[in-house]
Amino acid sequence: MILVVLEHEGGAPDRLSAEALTLGRRLADATGGPLQAVAWGPGTEALAGALGATGVAVLHAVEDARLSDYAPEAIGVALAQLIERDRPDAVLGTGSERGAEVMAHAAARTGLALAANCTDVVPGEPWQITRQRWGGSLLEDARLDGPIRLLTVAPHAFEPAEATAAAPAAVEPFAPVLTDRDLRVRITSRVPAEAGKISLADARVVVGGGRGVGSAEGFAQLDELAVLLGGAVGVSRVVTSAGWRPHAQQVGQTGTRIAPDLYIACGISGAIQHIVGCRSAKAILAINTDRDAPMVTRATYAVIGDLHAVLTAVIAEVRASG
Amino acid sequence: MNVLVCVKRVPATAGKITLTADEQEIDTRYLGFTVSPHEECAVEEAVRIVEAHGGSSTVLTLGPEESVDQLREAMAVGIDRAILLQTDGGEWDAVATSAAITDAIRAREAIDGPFDLVLLGNEAADTGDYQVGVRVAVALDRPIVSGAKGLEIQDDAIVARREAPGGGWEVYQVPRPAVVSVKEGINLPRYPSVPGRLRARKKEIERIELTRAAGMKPTKIRLRVPVERESAVEILGEGPEAAPRVVEVLRRLGLLA
Ligand SMILES: Cc1cc2nc3c(=O)[nH]c(=O)nc-3n(C[C@H](O)[C@H](O)[C@H](O)COP(=O)(O)OP(=O)(O)OC[C@H]3O[C@@H](n4cnc5c(N)ncnc54)[C@H](O)[C@@H]3O)c2cc1C
Ligand SMILES: Nc1ncnc2c1ncn2[C@@H]1O[C@H](COP(=O)(O)O)[C@@H](O)[C@H]1O
Repeated sequence: MILVVLEHEGGAPDRLSAEALTLGRRLADATGGPLQAVAWGPGTEALAGALGATGVAVLHAVEDARLSDYAPEAIGVALAQLIERDRPDAVLGTGSERGAEVMAHAAARTGLALAANCTDVVPGEPWQITRQRWGGSLLEDARLDGPIRLLTVAPHAFEPAEATAAAPAAVEPFAPVLTDRDLRVRITSRVPAEAGKISLADARVVVGGGRGVGSAEGFAQLDELAVLLGGAVGVSRVVTSAGWRPHAQQVGQTGTRIAPDLYIACGISGAIQHIVGCRSAKAILAINTDRDAPMVTRATYAVIGDLHAVLTAVIAEVRASG
Repeated sequence: MNVLVCVKRVPATAGKITLTADEQEIDTRYLGFTVSPHEECAVEEAVRIVEAHGGSSTVLTLGPEESVDQLREAMAVGIDRAILLQTDGGEWDAVATSAAITDAIRAREAIDGPFDLVLLGNEAADTGDYQVGVRVAVALDRPIVSGAKGLEIQDDAIVARREAPGGGWEVYQVPRPAVVSVKEGINLPRYPSVPGRLRARKKEIERIELTRAAGMKPTKIRLRVPVERESAVEILGEGPEAAPRVVEVLRRLGLLA
């Protein structure tokens, strides 16, 4: 049996969970076992309806009133209990912050190995996986031994599962044995997102700046172009370390991963830790004095020259064309 | 407040990764070494907490003898003491690493009393296993908040906040002692001062030699550099004269109103 750990919203698996279901389906077919899923929180009935279509036979609904809000330890304990009861061949979590966290808790409590951010899994004797290292700039092929394989699925390594049939999954309530101690880590309050801001992760255009921008003041032009194009400003780590810009704007391995239609990278050399944050951009325009900078050679388009001179001309041209 | 912070020595790769001929490691012959930005921030956070609340800070690493450099860097920005869990240089998996760190914490605490807070990075820069913090916390039976980007110390609690999935923040309040893994952005680390570096060079480092515990783990077959999409870059021009062609591209991509 293959068990997929789902995160869900409004009665449907979220995007990364739908991707994990694709791998789950594939592994279930390859091993000849059933595909099952587990989820917690309100709305599991509706979720079961959405899941049948993706080939999930059984949805284990973790039932405990104290899990109405996210409590990673308790969910990890519940997963460990379900895993030990049903002993699936493999358990797949998402590579989201929550997915990684609850899988780590389940792994710690079952004493099993956990392979993070897998991009491929081949069952056999033994199972073989490919997983991301260095935030995805390196891959590792590895054997995954053990009776139960725990892994998280790298974001966007698989297409989301598509609906094929219309039979809902059977819901099986699962009541974990939880102590108050298991519930000591839980969300105690929330701070809502700032309204009206274009988030870096969702922006259609990102105007990026690196060390080449030269100073905090130098970003005025990048801000101006971002506003003109209805986009957001993103920066390299050199810029946040210098205090020119807040870390919330950092693109890369330890910052935000972006996927805009166009990334305009100004004065950024293109270190691999930056590239892993912007390689999902549909197109990249690099503006750099150095024709051989990795950012330039990997870009779709490039302008060679001083970024300030180029941006002044581009902003004037955009205004003139508007 | 006694705070422990865990860091891991990793190669400072930049433009391109080159592997050794046997495809088992990164070729580090021409590289410097560093720790993950998350861990740099964890070190800074430990220093700030002790500055504000008193007590003492300790940095710990599991790695080869050369990891002393990373311990000294942490001491140069204000960490009080350092522990090296010395390996023969081979790669340790997450289960064995967590077990060794847990043992070292227990041994230290038996002498000096508990660490009120153990800080780690959210994930190591190289392996990115996303689990050592949780495994250590579970073994010590302490609460853990992962991915913290804000931390506040209260009398008997730790309040940590992290980014919520859809934007905004979720706040966790957990009893002390606790474990917290942090993400870059929680603070802006200071640069080491020259006197700081000098002081760090003279400090002693406690060494514990290790034998690796056997356990389940993914067994590495080989490393690979992912295949990149081949695409020839289109040079639009040099300097400001390229502006009209840039605007043409913007229009073609449907980004101009
Ligand atoms: C574990 C780890 C994680 C990391 N995570 C991240 C991360 O999340 N994000 C990140 O960005 N980095 C990250 N880094 C740092 C990364 O390795 C690089 O140091 C960083 O991305 C370099 O930033 P930069 O391109 O702005 O600076 P540089 O590499 O110094 O490049 C500056 C560029 O500007 C160009 N330039 C200079 N002047 C001009 C001018 N007037 N006009 C046009 N071009 C000009 C130069 O030709 C050069 O290409 C990480 C590093 C490590 C070890
Ligand atoms: N060898 C090590 N020595 C000290 N700390 C480590 C080591 N490996 C991992 N850690 C800590 O655990 C965190 C998470 O690592 P990982 O689970 O491997 O991604 C890292 O950011 C470090 O703080």
